Amino acid sequence: MYVWIWHRLPGTWQTKTATALGLFAAIAAILWYVVFPWVEPKVQFDHGVVDRPAPSGSATPG
Amino acid sequence: MRTVIRGMGELCITAGLIVMLFVTYELWGTGRYTQGAQDRLGDEMLKNWRAPKVTTERVKLGKGLAMIRIPRFGKDYHFVVIEGVSRSDLRKGPGHYPGTALPGQIGNFVVSGHRTTYSAPFNRLGELDRGDKILIDTRDEQYVYKVTDRRIVKPSETAVTLPVPFHAKRRPTERMITLTTCHPKYSAAKRMIIFGELAEALPRAAAAQQAAGK
Repeated sequence: MYVWIWHRLPGTWQTKTATALGLFAAIAAILWYVVFPWVEPKVQFDHGVVDRPAPSGSATPG
Repeated sequence: MRTVIRGMGELCITAGLIVMLFVTYELWGTGRYTQGAQDRLGDEMLKNWRAPKVTTERVKLGKGLAMIRIPRFGKDYHFVVIEGVSRSDLRKGPGHYPGTALPGQIGNFVVSGHRTTYSAPFNRLGELDRGDKILIDTRDEQYVYKVTDRRIVKPSETAVTLPVPFHAKRRPTERMITLTTCHPKYSAAKRMIIFGELAEALPRAAAAQQAAGK
């Protein structure tokens, strides 16, 4: 997979490295600022509140 | 065949790295958000406290209500207690159950907080012993509560938030504090509950001077 991507990147090895690092940073940023905040309440393991489970089955806040 | 196996291996390594990044986000990234909210709400609250008192003052949901300090966790341990316990409130810091008593009042002042994520305000609650102090700073006074009990209960045990915990019909006569957080750490299986009782109330300015003089 990574070899395949590397071969598709244009330019000399310097530009390839720079593009690869840029791609890596972009993916990390999307994960950190978009994907993780969205996933976090769905996998929440840190509930602090005592609460009866909501009738609708929605997650308890906490 | 070989490329397929290599591809699988690369996918596994990638997934592992993403999971590691996610754990970093949970344990550290979320705390940065809380820290920002705490600084903002703390400044706002102190500014309010310095301003002249409004007779109809009532803290809005999501705003700072009081300051909690627990000397056992170190001199620098302090968090702004937020009014409300919705998910977005608890992301900003420990939250006060709306409708339960306010600090110093007769009844039960109930505060809930995260144990491992979002700055983990109640991370070390398990270390509290009977007699340990929980200080609650409000506009005029510092309320000194002393820990009386610790319980592990089911997540649905709302009876701990009653004015007299576990006794729905009894009229409160004591001034209590109740802290709730999840238990064990990194799990939502149970809740840890700390009970405390008001020991004394000092004027806040005097309490601050006393602390500075030590």
